[in-house]
Amino acid sequence: MTITQNKLLPLLMASGKKTVAMFLRLFPVLLGVLLLSSLIIEMIPTLIAWGALGHGSLIDMLIADAIGSIAAAQPVISYLLAGELQKAGVDLYAVTTFIIAWVTVGIIPLPVEAMMLGWRFAVWRNALAFVMALLVAWLTVVTLHV
Amino acid sequence: MSEHAGKRQGGGRKAYRGWLFLAAVCAFYLLLYWLFPQFGAAGIGRFQTMAVELGPVFLLVFFFLWATELFSGTTRKLAELTSHGSGVKGWAIAIFAGVLSHGPIYPWYPLLQNMREHGMRVALVAAFLYARAIKLPWLPLMAFYFGSAYMVVLTFWILVFAVLHGWLIERLLGESAAPD
Repeated sequence: MTITQNKLLPLLMASGKKTVAMFLRLFPVLLGVLLLSSLIIEMIPTLIAWGALGHGSLIDMLIADAIGSIAAAQPVISYLLAGELQKAGVDLYAVTTFIIAWVTVGIIPLPVEAMMLGWRFAVWRNALAFVMALLVAWLTVVTLHV
Repeated sequence: MSEHAGKRQGGGRKAYRGWLFLAAVCAFYLLLYWLFPQFGAAGIGRFQTMAVELGPVFLLVFFFLWATELFSGTTRKLAELTSHGSGVKGWAIAIFAGVLSHGPIYPWYPLLQNMREHGMRVALVAAFLYARAIKLPWLPLMAFYFGSAYMVVLTFWILVFAVLHGWLIERLLGESAAPD
């Protein structure tokens, strides 16, 4: 029992210290990102109310992609906002782009992703996801109309 | 060993940049609060809600990471299952795990970093992150808003693009892309 305790305690302490160090390194970035996300989420309904969308399919898709990319919140909010967009007459291509970009592109969490997985990875992953949001939206709507 | 020491030094620099980033965001908030007090207050209110929601999640992830540190053999095994020789099984595990993973993205980054250090393929990290776009608990709500056919078709294309996304990332960064 004492032998197990003697081996286990230093192991628990060492792994605990490593985990705490990892979290402390992440903490300020995470806090900053959450503060920025809070502002962005407050801005999105205003952007929609200002008529940022409704200029034609491709431009709408690009704007929806950009708005979705800067959002960082529960996906359920994207469904609610997308539902409102559709009611307001925005076409399904843009609405779908908005939903996809919301969950695949993360401009606000980018500093955290870069810190953990590297800048090259984070930038390329998000850039590709931005382009792919347009493709997935287009393919989804085209498939539905077949 | 020297690689680890280098990583720690790099980690120190990154930590310093993290505090600088937080200071810049706080300064921006102060400016915003001064210029548009209502907007600044709404942002703070939203932040408080998010922080309360995320707190317990982070606590859980902390203990989960601690456990993976303790049982590093399991982490190595998981990383092995998603390493370069993992083939179709590796892709299936990464995508399935991405679909099943839920909650905010932030707690998943340290875990993925840990897995990368143990040999997980960069393609599978990207595929995992893309597959997270499928939110199983929210699918009924999506079907309610946009119809079942829409939900099925969109889910299908996300799965296809999760593979494509991972494959492209690996082509762009190289198979042994290491965090910079």
